[in-house]
Amino acid sequence: MTRGPSWFNVTSLVLGFSFLYLPILLLVVFSFNESRLVTVWGGFSTKWYAELLRNEQLLDAFWVTIRVAFFSATVATVLGTMAALVLVRSGRFVGRSLFSGMVFAPLVMPEVILGLSLLLLFVAMDQARGFWTVMLAHTTFAMCYVAVVVQSRLVGFDKSIEEAAEDLGCPPVRTFFQITLPIIFPGVIAGWMLAFTLSLDDLVIASFTTGPGATTLPMKIYSQVRLGVTPEINAVCTILVGFVTIGVIAASLATKRQQVKRERDERAAIAGG
Amino acid sequence: MASETSSSASKRSLGGWALIAVPYFWLFLFFLAPFFIVFKISLSQIAVAIPPYFPAFDLGQGLQVLFEDLKELSLENYIFLTEDDLYWRSYVSSVTIAAISTFITLLVGYPLAYGMARSPKEWRPTLLMLVILPFWTSFLIRVYAWIGILKNEGLLNQLLLTLGLIDQPLTILNTNIAVYIGIVYSYLPFLVLPLYASLEKLDGTLLEAAEDLGCPPWKAFWKITLPLSIPGIIAGCFLVFIPAVGEFVIPDLLGGSNTLMIGKTLWVEFFNNRDWPVSSAVAVILLLILVIPIVLFQNQQQKMAEREG
Repeated sequence: MTRGPSWFNVTSLVLGFSFLYLPILLLVVFSFNESRLVTVWGGFSTKWYAELLRNEQLLDAFWVTIRVAFFSATVATVLGTMAALVLVRSGRFVGRSLFSGMVFAPLVMPEVILGLSLLLLFVAMDQARGFWTVMLAHTTFAMCYVAVVVQSRLVGFDKSIEEAAEDLGCPPVRTFFQITLPIIFPGVIAGWMLAFTLSLDDLVIASFTTGPGATTLPMKIYSQVRLGVTPEINAVCTILVGFVTIGVIAASLATKRQQVKRERDERAAIAGG
Repeated sequence: MASETSSSASKRSLGGWALIAVPYFWLFLFFLAPFFIVFKISLSQIAVAIPPYFPAFDLGQGLQVLFEDLKELSLENYIFLTEDDLYWRSYVSSVTIAAISTFITLLVGYPLAYGMARSPKEWRPTLLMLVILPFWTSFLIRVYAWIGILKNEGLLNQLLLTLGLIDQPLTILNTNIAVYIGIVYSYLPFLVLPLYASLEKLDGTLLEAAEDLGCPPWKAFWKITLPLSIPGIIAGCFLVFIPAVGEFVIPDLLGGSNTLMIGKTLWVEFFNNRDWPVSSAVAVILLLILVIPIVLFQNQQQKMAEREG
Protein backbone atom coordinates (compact mmCIF):
# COMPACT_ATOMS: atom_id res chain seq x y z
CA MET A 1 0.00 0.00 0.00
CA THR A 2 1.46 3.29 -1.01
CA ARG A 3 -1.07 5.47 0.81
CA GLY A 4 -1.00 5.92 4.55
CA PRO A 5 -3.51 4.04 6.68
CA SER A 6 -7.01 5.53 6.54
CA TRP A 7 -8.75 6.85 9.64
CA PHE A 8 -11.09 3.87 9.52
CA ASN A 9 -8.22 1.40 9.69
CA VAL A 10 -6.49 3.29 12.46
CA THR A 11 -9.71 3.45 14.47
CA SER A 12 -10.36 -0.25 14.11
CA LEU A 13 -6.77 -1.04 15.12
CA VAL A 14 -6.96 1.20 18.17
CA LEU A 15 -10.36 -0.14 19.25
CA GLY A 16 -9.40 -3.76 18.58
CA PHE A 17 -6.15 -3.61 20.50
CA SER A 18 -7.70 -1.67 23.37
CA PHE A 19 -10.28 -4.41 23.69
CA LEU A 20 -7.52 -7.03 23.74
CA TYR A 21 -5.25 -5.26 26.19
CA LEU A 22 -7.34 -3.06 28.52
CA PRO A 23 -8.66 -5.92 30.70
CA ILE A 24 -5.17 -7.32 31.28
CA LEU A 25 -3.81 -3.83 31.91
CA LEU A 26 -6.50 -3.11 34.50
CA LEU A 27 -5.73 -6.41 36.21
CA VAL A 28 -2.06 -5.52 36.42
CA VAL A 29 -2.79 -2.00 37.69
CA PHE A 30 -5.12 -3.25 40.42
CA SER A 31 -2.57 -5.79 41.64
CA PHE A 32 -0.66 -2.76 42.98
CA ASN A 33 -3.71 -1.46 44.80
CA GLU A 34 -3.39 -0.72 48.49
CA SER A 35 -7.06 -1.40 49.15
CA ARG A 36 -8.49 -4.89 49.51
CA LEU A 37 -11.44 -3.78 47.37
CA VAL A 38 -10.24 -4.67 43.92
CA THR A 39 -12.27 -2.07 42.09
CA VAL A 40 -11.54 0.98 44.24
CA TRP A 41 -8.13 2.58 43.97
CA GLY A 42 -6.56 3.07 47.40
CA GLY A 43 -3.00 4.04 46.55
CA PHE A 44 0.09 2.23 45.29
CA SER A 45 1.35 -0.78 47.21
CA THR A 46 3.30 -3.96 46.62
CA LYS A 47 2.01 -5.62 49.75
CA TRP A 48 0.03 -8.29 47.88
CA TYR A 49 3.23 -9.52 46.29
CA ALA A 50 4.82 -9.84 49.71
CA GLU A 51 1.72 -11.71 50.86
CA LEU A 52 2.16 -14.14 47.98
CA LEU A 53 5.62 -15.14 49.09
CA ARG A 54 4.16 -16.18 52.44
CA ASN A 55 1.38 -18.25 50.87
CA GLU A 56 2.96 -21.70 50.89
CA GLN A 57 0.08 -23.50 49.22
CA LEU A 58 0.30 -21.13 46.30
CA LEU A 59 4.08 -21.52 46.06
CA ASP A 60 3.73 -25.33 46.15
CA ALA A 61 1.17 -25.20 43.37
CA PHE A 62 3.52 -22.93 41.42
CA TRP A 63 6.39 -25.44 41.60
CA VAL A 64 4.17 -28.35 40.63
CA THR A 65 2.95 -26.35 37.63
CA ILE A 66 6.46 -25.36 36.52
CA ARG A 67 7.67 -28.96 36.76
CA VAL A 68 4.69 -30.34 34.87
CA ALA A 69 5.07 -27.63 32.22
CA PHE A 70 8.81 -28.23 31.81
CA PHE A 71 8.59 -32.01 31.46
CA SER A 72 5.49 -32.06 29.31
CA ALA A 73 6.77 -29.29 27.01
CA THR A 74 10.05 -31.14 26.50
CA VAL A 75 8.47 -34.51 25.71
CA ALA A 76 5.77 -32.81 23.62
CA THR A 77 8.44 -31.00 21.59
CA VAL A 78 10.20 -34.25 20.72
CA LEU A 79 6.96 -36.05 19.85
CA GLY A 80 5.45 -33.04 18.08
CA THR A 81 8.57 -32.53 15.93
CA MET A 82 8.45 -36.20 14.98
CA ALA A 83 4.77 -35.88 14.10
CA ALA A 84 5.50 -32.80 11.97
CA LEU A 85 8.26 -34.67 10.12
CA VAL A 86 5.87 -37.54 9.50
CA LEU A 87 3.18 -35.18 8.17
CA VAL A 88 5.52 -33.30 5.85
CA ARG A 89 8.16 -35.85 4.84
CA SER A 90 6.89 -39.38 5.20
CA GLY A 91 4.71 -39.45 2.10
CA ARG A 92 1.91 -41.98 2.06
CA PHE A 93 1.52 -44.78 4.55
CA VAL A 94 -1.31 -46.86 5.84
CA GLY A 95 -3.41 -44.86 8.28
CA ARG A 96 -1.98 -41.50 7.27
CA SER A 97 -5.33 -39.71 7.33
CA LEU A 98 -6.07 -41.18 10.75
CA PHE A 99 -2.70 -39.88 11.88
CA SER A 100 -3.26 -36.34 10.62
CA GLY A 101 -6.74 -36.45 12.12
CA MET A 102 -5.28 -37.39 15.50
CA VAL A 103 -2.77 -34.54 15.24
CA PHE A 104 -5.31 -31.85 14.34
CA ALA A 105 -8.39 -32.93 16.29
CA PRO A 106 -7.01 -32.16 19.78
CA LEU A 107 -6.51 -28.53 18.70
CA VAL A 108 -10.26 -27.96 18.55
CA MET A 109 -11.48 -30.71 20.88
CA PRO A 110 -13.24 -29.31 23.96
CA GLU A 111 -11.01 -29.66 26.99
CA VAL A 112 -13.71 -31.31 29.06
CA ILE A 113 -13.74 -34.23 26.63
CA LEU A 114 -9.95 -34.55 26.53
CA GLY A 115 -9.78 -34.40 30.31
CA LEU A 116 -12.56 -36.88 30.93
CA SER A 117 -11.30 -39.37 28.37
CA LEU A 118 -7.74 -39.28 29.70
CA LEU A 119 -8.94 -39.69 33.27
CA LEU A 120 -10.98 -42.74 32.30
CA LEU A 121 -7.93 -44.15 30.51
CA PHE A 122 -5.79 -43.73 33.61
CA VAL A 123 -8.48 -45.34 35.74
CA ALA A 124 -8.74 -48.24 33.29
CA MET A 125 -4.96 -48.64 33.39
CA ASP A 126 -5.17 -48.61 37.18
CA GLN A 127 -2.68 -45.77 37.21
CA ALA A 128 -2.43 -43.74 40.42
CA ARG A 129 -3.26 -40.14 39.55
CA GLY A 130 -1.00 -37.21 40.30
CA PHE A 131 1.99 -35.44 38.84
CA TRP A 132 2.73 -38.00 36.11
CA THR A 133 -0.79 -38.34 34.83
CA VAL A 134 -1.11 -34.55 34.45
CA MET A 135 2.22 -34.53 32.67
CA LEU A 136 1.17 -37.29 30.24
CA ALA A 137 -2.13 -35.52 29.58
CA HIS A 138 -0.44 -32.18 28.88
CA THR A 139 2.17 -33.83 26.67
CA THR A 140 -0.57 -35.35 24.54
CA PHE A 141 -2.45 -32.17 23.70
CA ALA A 142 0.64 -29.94 23.60
CA MET A 143 2.44 -32.19 21.09
CA CYS A 144 -0.29 -31.43 18.57
CA TYR A 145 0.35 -27.68 18.87
CA VAL A 146 4.09 -28.31 18.52
CA ALA A 147 3.42 -30.42 15.42
CA VAL A 148 1.46 -27.59 13.79
CA VAL A 149 4.12 -24.96 14.58
CA VAL A 150 7.03 -27.13 13.40
CA GLN A 151 5.09 -28.28 10.35
CA SER A 152 4.63 -24.71 9.12
CA ARG A 153 8.39 -24.25 9.43
CA LEU A 154 9.14 -27.51 7.60
CA VAL A 155 6.80 -26.74 4.72
CA GLY A 156 8.65 -23.52 4.02
CA PHE A 157 12.14 -24.90 3.64
CA ASP A 158 14.17 -26.09 0.72
CA LYS A 159 14.18 -29.87 0.61
CA SER A 160 17.07 -30.00 -1.87
CA ILE A 161 19.66 -29.36 0.87
CA GLU A 162 18.50 -32.48 2.68
CA GLU A 163 18.49 -34.45 -0.53
CA ALA A 164 21.99 -33.28 -1.36
CA ALA A 165 23.22 -34.49 2.03
CA GLU A 166 21.59 -37.88 1.54
CA ASP A 167 22.99 -38.21 -1.98
CA LEU A 168 26.43 -37.58 -0.54
CA GLY A 169 25.88 -40.54 1.77
CA CYS A 170 24.89 -38.79 4.97
CA PRO A 171 22.72 -41.10 7.08
CA PRO A 172 19.17 -39.79 7.70
CA VAL A 173 19.63 -39.29 11.45
CA ARG A 174 22.75 -37.23 10.90
CA THR A 175 21.05 -35.25 8.13
CA PHE A 176 18.31 -34.43 10.56
CA PHE A 177 20.60 -33.20 13.31
CA GLN A 178 23.05 -31.34 11.07
CA ILE A 179 20.74 -29.84 8.48
CA THR A 180 17.04 -30.13 9.19
CA LEU A 181 17.08 -29.34 12.90
CA PRO A 182 19.16 -26.14 12.66
CA ILE A 183 16.81 -24.82 9.97
CA ILE A 184 13.58 -25.63 11.81
CA PHE A 185 15.05 -24.72 15.19
CA PRO A 186 13.12 -21.44 15.63
CA GLY A 187 9.93 -23.44 15.05
CA VAL A 188 11.00 -26.08 17.56
CA ILE A 189 11.74 -23.42 20.20
CA ALA A 190 8.45 -21.67 19.50
CA GLY A 191 6.73 -25.05 19.81
CA TRP A 192 8.39 -25.72 23.16
CA MET A 193 7.37 -22.33 24.48
CA LEU A 194 3.82 -22.77 23.29
CA ALA A 195 3.66 -26.22 24.92
CA PHE A 196 5.09 -24.77 28.13
CA THR A 197 2.55 -21.94 28.34
CA LEU A 198 -0.34 -24.22 27.39
CA SER A 199 0.58 -26.50 30.26
CA LEU A 200 1.07 -23.52 32.56
CA ASP A 201 -2.45 -22.29 31.73
CA ASP A 202 -4.45 -25.44 31.68
CA LEU A 203 -7.19 -25.79 34.26
CA VAL A 204 -9.68 -28.25 32.83
CA ILE A 205 -7.46 -31.15 31.76
CA ALA A 206 -5.35 -30.86 34.91
CA SER A 207 -8.47 -30.90 37.11
CA PHE A 208 -9.61 -34.17 35.57
CA THR A 209 -6.28 -35.97 35.51
CA THR A 210 -4.69 -34.83 38.74
CA GLY A 211 -4.62 -36.60 42.06
CA PRO A 212 -3.71 -35.88 45.65
CA GLY A 213 -0.65 -33.71 46.12
CA ALA A 214 -0.53 -32.43 42.56
CA THR A 215 -2.64 -29.26 42.62
CA THR A 216 -1.53 -26.94 39.85
CA LEU A 217 -1.52 -23.16 39.95
CA PRO A 218 -4.53 -22.69 37.64
CA MET A 219 -6.53 -25.07 39.86
CA LYS A 220 -5.52 -23.03 42.88
CA ILE A 221 -6.38 -19.75 41.14
CA TYR A 222 -9.69 -21.15 39.97
CA SER A 223 -10.77 -22.29 43.43
CA GLN A 224 -9.97 -18.83 44.82
CA VAL A 225 -11.56 -16.94 41.92
CA ARG A 226 -14.83 -18.76 42.56
CA LEU A 227 -14.84 -17.11 45.99
CA GLY A 228 -14.36 -13.67 44.47
CA VAL A 229 -11.76 -11.34 43.04
CA THR A 230 -8.85 -10.70 45.39
CA PRO A 231 -5.72 -8.57 45.04
CA GLU A 232 -3.50 -11.60 45.71
CA ILE A 233 -4.91 -13.35 42.67
CA ASN A 234 -4.35 -10.17 40.66
CA ALA A 235 -0.72 -10.28 41.81
CA VAL A 236 -0.28 -13.95 40.84
CA CYS A 237 -1.82 -13.23 37.47
CA THR A 238 0.42 -10.21 36.95
CA ILE A 239 3.50 -12.31 37.63
CA LEU A 240 2.36 -14.96 35.16
CA VAL A 241 1.49 -12.38 32.51
CA GLY A 242 4.86 -10.68 32.98
CA PHE A 243 6.67 -13.99 32.78
CA VAL A 244 5.02 -14.97 29.51
CA THR A 245 5.33 -11.51 27.95
CA ILE A 246 9.05 -11.33 28.64
CA GLY A 247 9.52 -14.86 27.29
CA VAL A 248 7.65 -14.20 24.07
CA ILE A 249 9.34 -10.86 23.40
CA ALA A 250 12.80 -12.30 24.13
CA ALA A 251 12.17 -15.24 21.83
CA SER A 252 10.94 -13.07 18.99
CA LEU A 253 13.92 -10.73 19.33
CA ALA A 254 16.28 -13.72 19.30
CA THR A 255 14.61 -15.13 16.18
CA LYS A 256 14.82 -11.76 14.49
CA ARG A 257 18.51 -11.40 15.28
CA GLN A 258 19.19 -14.88 13.96
CA GLN A 259 17.29 -14.07 10.79
CA VAL A 260 19.25 -10.85 10.27
CA LYS A 261 22.49 -12.73 10.85
CA ARG A 262 21.55 -15.45 8.38
CA GLU A 263 20.58 -12.92 5.73
CA ARG A 264 23.92 -11.17 6.24
CA ASP A 265 25.78 -14.49 5.97
CA GLU A 266 23.90 -15.35 2.81
CA ARG A 267 24.71 -11.99 1.27
CA ALA A 268 28.35 -12.41 2.28
CA ALA A 269 28.40 -15.89 0.76
CA ILE A 270 26.95 -14.61 -2.49
CA ALA A 271 29.35 -11.68 -2.59
CA GLY A 272 32.28 -13.96 -1.81
CA GLY A 273 31.30 -16.58 -4.41
CA MET B 1 5.06 -35.66 -6.65
CA ALA B 2 2.96 -38.83 -6.44
CA SER B 3 5.70 -41.06 -7.88
CA GLU B 4 8.27 -39.45 -5.62
CA THR B 5 6.29 -40.13 -2.45
CA SER B 6 5.51 -43.69 -3.40
CA SER B 7 9.18 -44.41 -4.11
CA SER B 8 10.17 -42.91 -0.77
CA ALA B 9 7.52 -45.03 0.89
CA SER B 10 8.76 -48.24 -0.69
CA LYS B 11 12.34 -47.77 0.49
CA ARG B 12 11.42 -46.52 3.95
CA SER B 13 14.11 -47.53 6.40
CA LEU B 14 13.61 -48.96 9.86
CA GLY B 15 14.26 -45.49 11.27
CA GLY B 16 11.61 -44.09 8.94
CA TRP B 17 9.08 -46.52 10.34
CA ALA B 18 10.11 -45.76 13.90
CA LEU B 19 9.60 -42.05 13.21
CA ILE B 20 6.01 -42.78 12.23
CA ALA B 21 5.39 -45.40 14.91
CA VAL B 22 6.34 -43.38 18.01
CA PRO B 23 3.99 -40.37 17.65
CA TYR B 24 1.36 -42.65 16.09
CA PHE B 25 1.41 -45.00 19.04
CA TRP B 26 1.39 -42.14 21.54
CA LEU B 27 -1.64 -40.44 19.98
CA PHE B 28 -3.39 -43.74 19.58
CA LEU B 29 -2.91 -44.63 23.23
CA PHE B 30 -3.57 -41.21 24.78
CA PHE B 31 -5.99 -39.63 22.34
CA LEU B 32 -7.95 -42.23 20.37
CA ALA B 33 -8.14 -45.20 22.76
CA PRO B 34 -9.58 -43.08 25.60
CA PHE B 35 -12.62 -42.31 23.43
CA PHE B 36 -13.47 -45.99 23.29
CA ILE B 37 -13.25 -46.14 27.06
CA VAL B 38 -15.52 -43.11 27.35
CA PHE B 39 -17.99 -44.84 25.05
CA LYS B 40 -17.84 -48.07 27.03
CA ILE B 41 -18.36 -46.30 30.34
CA SER B 42 -21.25 -44.31 28.90
CA LEU B 43 -22.99 -47.69 28.57
CA SER B 44 -22.28 -48.64 32.19
CA GLN B 45 -24.18 -47.80 35.34
CA ILE B 46 -23.22 -45.66 38.28
CA ALA B 47 -22.07 -47.69 41.28
CA VAL B 48 -20.83 -46.98 44.77
CA ALA B 49 -17.41 -48.43 44.16
CA ILE B 50 -13.92 -47.64 42.97
CA PRO B 51 -14.06 -46.93 40.06
CA PRO B 52 -17.62 -45.59 40.47
CA TYR B 53 -19.27 -47.48 37.63
CA PHE B 54 -20.44 -50.98 36.86
CA PRO B 55 -19.42 -53.24 35.20
CA ALA B 56 -15.70 -52.61 35.59
CA PHE B 57 -14.06 -55.00 33.17
CA ASP B 58 -11.29 -57.06 34.65
CA LEU B 59 -9.61 -59.39 32.19
CA GLY B 60 -8.01 -61.24 35.09
CA GLN B 61 -11.34 -62.83 35.98
CA GLY B 62 -11.58 -64.78 32.77
CA LEU B 63 -13.75 -64.64 29.67
CA GLN B 64 -16.86 -66.01 31.36
CA VAL B 65 -17.08 -63.01 33.68
CA LEU B 66 -16.25 -60.71 30.80
CA PHE B 67 -19.23 -62.02 28.84
CA GLU B 68 -21.50 -61.60 31.84
CA ASP B 69 -20.24 -58.02 32.16
CA LEU B 70 -20.88 -57.29 28.49
CA LYS B 71 -24.55 -58.11 28.96
CA GLU B 72 -24.75 -55.47 31.68
CA LEU B 73 -23.99 -52.67 29.23
CA SER B 74 -27.03 -50.69 28.18
CA LEU B 75 -28.17 -47.50 26.55
CA GLU B 76 -29.86 -46.47 29.77
CA ASN B 77 -27.74 -43.32 30.23
CA TYR B 78 -28.62 -42.10 26.75
CA ILE B 79 -32.31 -42.66 27.45
CA PHE B 80 -31.84 -40.72 30.67
CA LEU B 81 -30.30 -37.83 28.69
CA THR B 82 -33.38 -37.60 26.50
CA GLU B 83 -35.76 -37.79 29.45
CA ASP B 84 -34.26 -35.03 31.53
CA ASP B 85 -34.59 -31.84 29.50
CA LEU B 86 -31.62 -30.25 31.31
CA TYR B 87 -29.25 -32.01 28.89
CA TRP B 88 -31.25 -31.26 25.81
CA ARG B 89 -31.46 -27.58 26.75
CA SER B 90 -27.74 -27.51 27.56
CA TYR B 91 -26.82 -28.79 24.11
CA VAL B 92 -29.10 -26.36 22.31
CA SER B 93 -28.02 -23.43 24.44
CA SER B 94 -24.29 -24.28 23.99
CA VAL B 95 -24.63 -24.31 20.22
CA THR B 96 -26.69 -21.09 20.26
CA ILE B 97 -24.30 -19.25 22.58
CA ALA B 98 -21.31 -20.46 20.53
CA ALA B 99 -22.96 -19.38 17.25
CA ILE B 100 -23.93 -15.92 18.51
CA SER B 101 -20.47 -15.40 20.02
CA THR B 102 -18.79 -16.52 16.80
CA PHE B 103 -20.83 -13.99 14.86
CA ILE B 104 -19.95 -11.17 17.26
CA THR B 105 -16.29 -12.24 17.15
CA LEU B 106 -16.42 -11.93 13.37
CA LEU B 107 -17.94 -8.44 13.59
CA VAL B 108 -15.22 -7.36 16.04
CA GLY B 109 -12.38 -9.27 14.38
CA TYR B 110 -12.96 -8.33 10.75
CA PRO B 111 -12.18 -4.60 11.08
CA LEU B 112 -9.14 -5.48 13.19
CA ALA B 113 -7.79 -8.02 10.69
CA TYR B 114 -8.60 -5.63 7.84
CA GLY B 115 -6.85 -2.74 9.56
CA MET B 116 -3.81 -4.94 10.14
CA ALA B 117 -3.66 -6.15 6.54
CA ARG B 118 -3.97 -2.56 5.24
CA SER B 119 -1.43 -1.09 7.64
CA PRO B 120 2.06 -0.09 6.46
CA LYS B 121 4.25 -3.16 5.88
CA GLU B 122 6.72 -2.30 8.61
CA TRP B 123 3.97 -2.24 11.25
CA ARG B 124 2.62 -5.65 10.42
CA PRO B 125 5.04 -7.95 12.32
CA THR B 126 4.46 -5.88 15.48
CA LEU B 127 0.68 -5.86 15.05
CA LEU B 128 0.72 -9.61 14.42
CA MET B 129 2.73 -10.12 17.57
CA LEU B 130 0.26 -7.97 19.51
CA VAL B 131 -2.58 -10.23 18.38
CA ILE B 132 -0.69 -13.41 19.26
CA LEU B 133 0.55 -12.22 22.65
CA PRO B 134 -2.81 -12.49 24.50
CA PHE B 135 -3.07 -16.04 23.20
CA TRP B 136 0.07 -16.85 25.18
CA THR B 137 -1.35 -15.29 28.30
CA SER B 138 -3.35 -17.56 30.52
CA PHE B 139 -6.90 -18.15 29.39
CA LEU B 140 -8.06 -18.33 33.00
CA ILE B 141 -6.45 -14.98 33.79
CA ARG B 142 -8.03 -13.28 30.81
CA VAL B 143 -11.46 -14.54 31.81
CA TYR B 144 -10.83 -13.57 35.41
CA ALA B 145 -9.89 -10.03 34.36
CA TRP B 146 -13.45 -9.50 33.13
CA ILE B 147 -15.01 -10.27 36.50
CA GLY B 148 -13.57 -7.08 37.98
CA ILE B 149 -14.78 -5.10 34.98
CA LEU B 150 -18.30 -6.45 34.66
CA LYS B 151 -19.30 -6.73 38.33
CA ASN B 152 -22.18 -4.58 39.61
CA GLU B 153 -19.70 -2.39 41.47
CA GLY B 154 -17.09 -3.08 38.78
CA LEU B 155 -15.04 -0.74 36.64
CA LEU B 156 -17.42 -0.58 33.69
CA ASN B 157 -20.38 0.37 35.88
CA GLN B 158 -18.27 2.92 37.77
CA LEU B 159 -17.24 4.50 34.48
CA LEU B 160 -20.78 4.61 33.10
CA LEU B 161 -22.15 6.03 36.36
CA THR B 162 -19.45 8.69 36.50
CA LEU B 163 -20.16 9.69 32.92
CA GLY B 164 -23.82 9.90 33.83
CA LEU B 165 -24.85 7.49 31.10
CA ILE B 166 -26.74 5.27 33.54
CA ASP B 167 -28.39 5.88 36.92
CA GLN B 168 -28.21 2.33 38.18
CA PRO B 169 -25.46 -0.23 37.73
CA LEU B 170 -26.08 -2.65 34.88
CA THR B 171 -26.18 -6.32 35.75
CA ILE B 172 -23.84 -7.93 33.26
CA LEU B 173 -21.81 -10.44 35.25
CA ASN B 174 -23.58 -13.78 35.71
CA THR B 175 -25.68 -13.31 32.58
CA ASN B 176 -25.33 -14.67 29.06
CA ILE B 177 -24.05 -11.26 27.91
CA ALA B 178 -20.96 -11.75 30.08
CA VAL B 179 -20.48 -15.18 28.49
CA TYR B 180 -20.63 -13.61 25.00
CA ILE B 181 -18.08 -10.99 26.02
CA GLY B 182 -15.85 -13.68 27.51
CA ILE B 183 -15.93 -15.88 24.43
CA VAL B 184 -15.42 -12.99 22.00
CA TYR B 185 -12.51 -11.71 24.05
CA SER B 186 -10.81 -15.07 24.56
CA TYR B 187 -11.19 -16.38 21.03
CA LEU B 188 -10.64 -13.15 19.07
CA PRO B 189 -7.01 -14.01 18.14
CA PHE B 190 -8.16 -17.37 16.69
CA LEU B 191 -10.40 -15.52 14.26
CA VAL B 192 -8.10 -12.61 13.47
CA LEU B 193 -5.07 -14.73 12.54
CA PRO B 194 -6.52 -16.78 9.65
CA LEU B 195 -8.55 -13.79 8.49
CA TYR B 196 -5.48 -11.57 8.47
CA ALA B 197 -3.57 -14.24 6.54
CA SER B 198 -6.19 -14.30 3.78
CA LEU B 199 -6.64 -10.51 3.70
CA GLU B 200 -2.90 -9.89 3.53
CA LYS B 201 -2.53 -12.13 0.50
CA LEU B 202 -5.22 -10.18 -1.31
CA ASP B 203 -3.91 -8.55 -4.43
CA GLY B 204 -4.02 -4.77 -3.90
CA THR B 205 -4.05 -4.06 -7.62
CA LEU B 206 -7.59 -5.47 -7.85
CA LEU B 207 -8.80 -2.75 -5.49
CA GLU B 208 -6.83 -0.09 -7.32
CA ALA B 209 -8.32 -1.22 -10.62
CA ALA B 210 -11.82 -1.03 -9.13
CA GLU B 211 -11.10 2.43 -7.81
CA ASP B 212 -9.72 3.60 -11.16
CA LEU B 213 -12.89 2.38 -12.82
CA GLY B 214 -14.94 4.53 -10.44
CA CYS B 215 -16.10 1.87 -7.99
CA PRO B 216 -16.80 3.40 -4.55
CA PRO B 217 -14.71 1.89 -1.72
CA TRP B 218 -17.64 0.22 0.08
CA LYS B 219 -18.69 -1.47 -3.14
CA ALA B 220 -15.14 -2.59 -3.85
CA PHE B 221 -15.06 -4.06 -0.37
CA TRP B 222 -18.36 -5.86 -0.90
CA LYS B 223 -17.47 -7.14 -4.39
CA ILE B 224 -13.76 -7.91 -4.02
CA THR B 225 -12.36 -7.94 -0.51
CA LEU B 226 -15.18 -9.78 1.24
CA PRO B 227 -15.56 -12.65 -1.28
CA LEU B 228 -11.80 -13.18 -1.42
CA SER B 229 -11.53 -13.33 2.35
CA ILE B 230 -14.19 -16.02 2.73
CA PRO B 231 -11.69 -18.89 3.29
CA GLY B 232 -10.21 -16.89 6.17
CA ILE B 233 -13.67 -16.14 7.56
CA ILE B 234 -14.66 -19.81 7.47
CA ALA B 235 -11.41 -21.02 9.07
CA GLY B 236 -11.61 -18.37 11.78
CA CYS B 237 -15.26 -19.03 12.57
CA PHE B 238 -14.63 -22.77 12.95
CA LEU B 239 -11.70 -22.08 15.25
CA VAL B 240 -13.98 -20.00 17.48
CA PHE B 241 -17.17 -22.03 17.23
CA ILE B 242 -15.88 -25.55 17.87
CA PRO B 243 -14.04 -24.95 21.16
CA ALA B 244 -16.70 -22.45 22.31
CA VAL B 245 -19.42 -25.13 22.21
CA GLY B 246 -17.59 -27.19 24.82
CA GLU B 247 -16.32 -24.22 26.84
CA PHE B 248 -16.33 -24.63 30.62
CA VAL B 249 -14.29 -21.83 32.24
CA ILE B 250 -16.17 -18.91 30.65
CA PRO B 251 -19.76 -19.97 31.46
CA ASP B 252 -18.65 -21.09 34.91
CA LEU B 253 -16.91 -17.85 35.90
CA LEU B 254 -18.86 -15.25 33.92
CA GLY B 255 -22.22 -16.92 33.37
CA GLY B 256 -25.05 -17.15 35.85
CA SER B 257 -26.81 -20.12 37.36
CA ASN B 258 -29.22 -20.17 34.43
CA THR B 259 -26.46 -20.09 31.80
CA LEU B 260 -26.61 -23.59 30.44
CA MET B 261 -23.58 -24.86 28.58
CA ILE B 262 -22.76 -28.46 28.03
CA GLY B 263 -19.15 -28.22 29.20
CA LYS B 264 -20.40 -26.93 32.53
CA THR B 265 -23.12 -29.59 32.73
CA LEU B 266 -20.52 -32.30 32.12
CA TRP B 267 -18.23 -30.83 34.77
CA VAL B 268 -21.02 -30.67 37.36
CA GLU B 269 -22.12 -34.21 36.51
CA PHE B 270 -18.58 -35.46 36.96
CA PHE B 271 -17.20 -33.48 39.89
CA ASN B 272 -20.35 -32.66 41.89
CA ASN B 273 -22.65 -35.61 41.19
CA ARG B 274 -19.78 -38.08 40.63
CA ASP B 275 -21.82 -39.76 37.95
CA TRP B 276 -19.11 -40.98 35.60
CA PRO B 277 -21.37 -42.97 33.25
CA VAL B 278 -23.75 -40.05 32.62
CA SER B 279 -20.91 -37.58 32.12
CA SER B 280 -19.39 -40.04 29.63
CA ALA B 281 -22.69 -40.18 27.77
CA VAL B 282 -22.82 -36.36 27.74
CA ALA B 283 -19.28 -36.34 26.30
CA VAL B 284 -20.17 -38.87 23.59
CA ILE B 285 -23.13 -36.77 22.42
CA LEU B 286 -21.05 -33.58 22.52
CA LEU B 287 -18.45 -35.32 20.39
CA LEU B 288 -21.10 -36.40 17.90
CA ILE B 289 -22.35 -32.80 17.66
CA LEU B 290 -18.82 -31.54 17.06
CA VAL B 291 -17.74 -34.24 14.60
CA ILE B 292 -19.57 -32.50 11.75
CA PRO B 293 -17.92 -29.06 12.14
CA ILE B 294 -14.53 -30.69 12.88
CA VAL B 295 -14.64 -32.77 9.69
CA LEU B 296 -15.83 -29.77 7.65
CA PHE B 297 -13.02 -27.69 9.10
CA GLN B 298 -10.36 -30.30 8.30
CA ASN B 299 -11.61 -30.67 4.74
CA GLN B 300 -11.47 -26.92 4.27
CA GLN B 301 -7.95 -26.75 5.71
CA GLN B 302 -6.82 -29.56 3.42
CA LYS B 303 -8.32 -27.84 0.39
CA MET B 304 -6.58 -24.60 1.28
CA ALA B 305 -3.27 -26.39 1.80
CA GLU B 306 -3.61 -28.10 -1.58
CA ARG B 307 -4.41 -24.84 -3.33
CA GLU B 308 -1.32 -23.25 -1.88
CA GLY B 309 0.92 -26.28 -2.34
